[in-house]
Amino acid sequence: MKKVIMGNHALSYGAMLSRAQVIAAYPITPQTQVVELLSEMCADGTLNAKFIKVESEHSAMAACLGASLAGARTFTATSAQGLALMHEMLHWAAGGRMPVVMGNINRAMAPGWSIWADQNDSLSERDTGWIQFYCASNQEVLDTVIQAYKVSEKLMIPSMIVLDAFTLSHTYEVVEIPDQSLVDQYLPPFNPPWRLTPDDPHAFGGLTSPDHYMELRYKLQKDMEKVPALVEETGKEYEKMFGRYLGQVEEYLCDDAEFIFVTSGTAGSTARVAVDELRQRGIKAGNLRIRLFRPFPFEKVRSILSRVPRVAVLDRNISYGHHGIFYQEVKSAMYGQPSQPLIFGFIAGLGGRDITRDSFREIADYALSRDRVEEEIVWIGVKK
Amino acid sequence: MSKEKKMTTTITREEFMSPGHLACQGCGASLAMRLALKGLGQRTIVCIPACCWAVIDGPFPYSSLDVPIYHCAFETAASSASGVKAGLEILGDNETAVLAWAGDGGTYDIGLQALSGAAERNDDIIYACYDNEAYMNTGIQRSSATPFGAWTTTTPVKHYKKERKKDIIGIMAAHGIPYIATASVAYPEDMVKKFKKAREIRGTRFILIFAPCPAGWKSRPEDTIKLARLAVQTGYFPLIEIEKGEKWTLNLKLKERKPIAEYLKLQGRFRHLSEEEIAAIQQEVDERWAKTLQKCSL
Amino acid sequence: MSRKKEARKIIFESEKEMPPVPMSLGSMLHNRTGAWRNIKPVIDLSKCIKCGICWKFCPDASIDIVDEWPQINYDYCKGCGLCAEECPQKCITMVEEEK
Repeated sequence: MKKVIMGNHALSYGAMLSRAQVIAAYPITPQTQVVELLSEMCADGTLNAKFIKVESEHSAMAACLGASLAGARTFTATSAQGLALMHEMLHWAAGGRMPVVMGNINRAMAPGWSIWADQNDSLSERDTGWIQFYCASNQEVLDTVIQAYKVSEKLMIPSMIVLDAFTLSHTYEVVEIPDQSLVDQYLPPFNPPWRLTPDDPHAFGGLTSPDHYMELRYKLQKDMEKVPALVEETGKEYEKMFGRYLGQVEEYLCDDAEFIFVTSGTAGSTARVAVDELRQRGIKAGNLRIRLFRPFPFEKVRSILSRVPRVAVLDRNISYGHHGIFYQEVKSAMYGQPSQPLIFGFIAGLGGRDITRDSFREIADYALSRDRVEEEIVWIGVKK
Repeated sequence: MSKEKKMTTTITREEFMSPGHLACQGCGASLAMRLALKGLGQRTIVCIPACCWAVIDGPFPYSSLDVPIYHCAFETAASSASGVKAGLEILGDNETAVLAWAGDGGTYDIGLQALSGAAERNDDIIYACYDNEAYMNTGIQRSSATPFGAWTTTTPVKHYKKERKKDIIGIMAAHGIPYIATASVAYPEDMVKKFKKAREIRGTRFILIFAPCPAGWKSRPEDTIKLARLAVQTGYFPLIEIEKGEKWTLNLKLKERKPIAEYLKLQGRFRHLSEEEIAAIQQEVDERWAKTLQKCSL
Repeated sequence: MSRKKEARKIIFESEKEMPPVPMSLGSMLHNRTGAWRNIKPVIDLSKCIKCGICWKFCPDASIDIVDEWPQINYDYCKGCGLCAEECPQKCITMVEEEK
């Protein structure tokens, strides 16, 4: 069935089709429609789930974790300040191996108050041990929720599905809503290897001495390292059943490219248009949109970027005192590789400023006219 | 004494807490857990945030309880318990009780928002606070449950605590939840009975347990029960129940209250107090006692 | 119902033997807290009236009822002295631990 829905509702439909059992969420602009629709679904019985209307995002994640440990499939959604308030519990989710799936609407951090898109909220949670998917269309959002449960529950690692404020969250697109019976085939009920039950009582999360802590973190990393292959595997399985492939990255005309944009989120869609324009000008351009950001798809990125002489990484975020975060990550992935491209880093679109075709034109002109990296950060669109 | 005589106790002999746990000698909190579980039974899941019990239970890969435990974040005892309960219910288990078990720091202070949220939603959890009147696990720092006059490491003798203890019972009563009780480790039958009763009620239940801490109160380990008893007998910690936020019951009526000085003098944390200060504390206890009687229509 | 009543010490030789989450796999019974004790309670059963008060108040669950008589479990008793203090018959005395 096809429906015209907003990005936020694509998250809700994803959670519904995945048969989320416990939802705990707190409203924040621009996430509200995610939980509003889920409340309706719970109220009218479309979705058989307990919805806990908590008093804060911190409690939202805490409640999801309790429910997850009790053996229920859990979902929540938030944005920016809400995600930051959850921060402690994000570590808890990953360290406790609780496979919660959460939607995060990328919104700039205050102050000054902003409700508009940038990635500093989710990227500040880079090191919490969550899998992070960045989406570029409403269809992808819905599909990714279902895939994320499959990946998360197999490895007992939580997943965050990230979409840009307004440019995706509030944009209406045609979305194919898959058949429930097919989704049930793809995603069996959650059956965790351990749970809170008086029938087999265990204490979870107790004091862990230096004798043991490191091994537990080693195991988390080892399981994290299994994610890229599992994303490929579950993505191909998804394609077989639903006709849409969900990989670690989305390549656009990268095969013969001599210049590649590295993008994420909706900027990745704009980049495709920019690539077409460049190609019309005779420049063999391509776009590599990073879909799976954590764990970082090292092999995929290396295999694509080591073929090209020039790469321009676009960041809608900044690590103050360093670079854009995708820029750092791409450079670190390419370090020590036998063939290394020139990698330029650009920051654009902070606090909801539009990233347009012109932005990419500016980026391309800059990158194509230089033979070495002259600036640590190239700012796009700052009124200097 | 004849060999045939049975021991006369109304409390179940079944134990859900093993010895070997890490509590200090004479710990009120460990006795509190032992008794609470006797009231609740084995089909109970306990959410324990940062507090002494996070340590008492024992380190990974051990536990001293025969019930499942979720060691949760400091401010999340109530929200974690709400989540666990929702998870159980959606999976068809309506029988297992979910107990949030926090200290006074996790209840009066950092966890108050989550507790208020759960109480307002009337989530089906039992929230028990074992109150030892300071942050004992981090080394005896003041909390909003620390009473006027007490020494702690952050209210040193020269600047002992000048603020009075927060009225958590009043706060919880204002939420209108179905059941609130105070309990004391010095009155095990009363305490076990209250946990049993709470288990049969649906909605948010709150039980405040008076749990002396020899290390933090600078009292003798063998005086733990004596202190808990004196707290009740002086009227400092009345044993009460509140149903639906309205119906107050005084469980232990006192013909004559003992002077608060008897309670204070057994504790090093009050040693610096002058007679005037003790008189001021006595006056405050008298006032609160009068209010309690009034609420209980006595 | 599985009860974790073994007094077994759990040693992991490698991360492969460990669960992915910090979860308990055994009881604290392996931790014989009797070693903490400086003074120990001794019950004079000839004066005991089997009131159960010592058992009831033990914070360490270290007084067992054996054939209706209280019996101190010295493997775990930390020697806090609560039982002696609360015994209405005064039939428990705290005596110096011989080291």
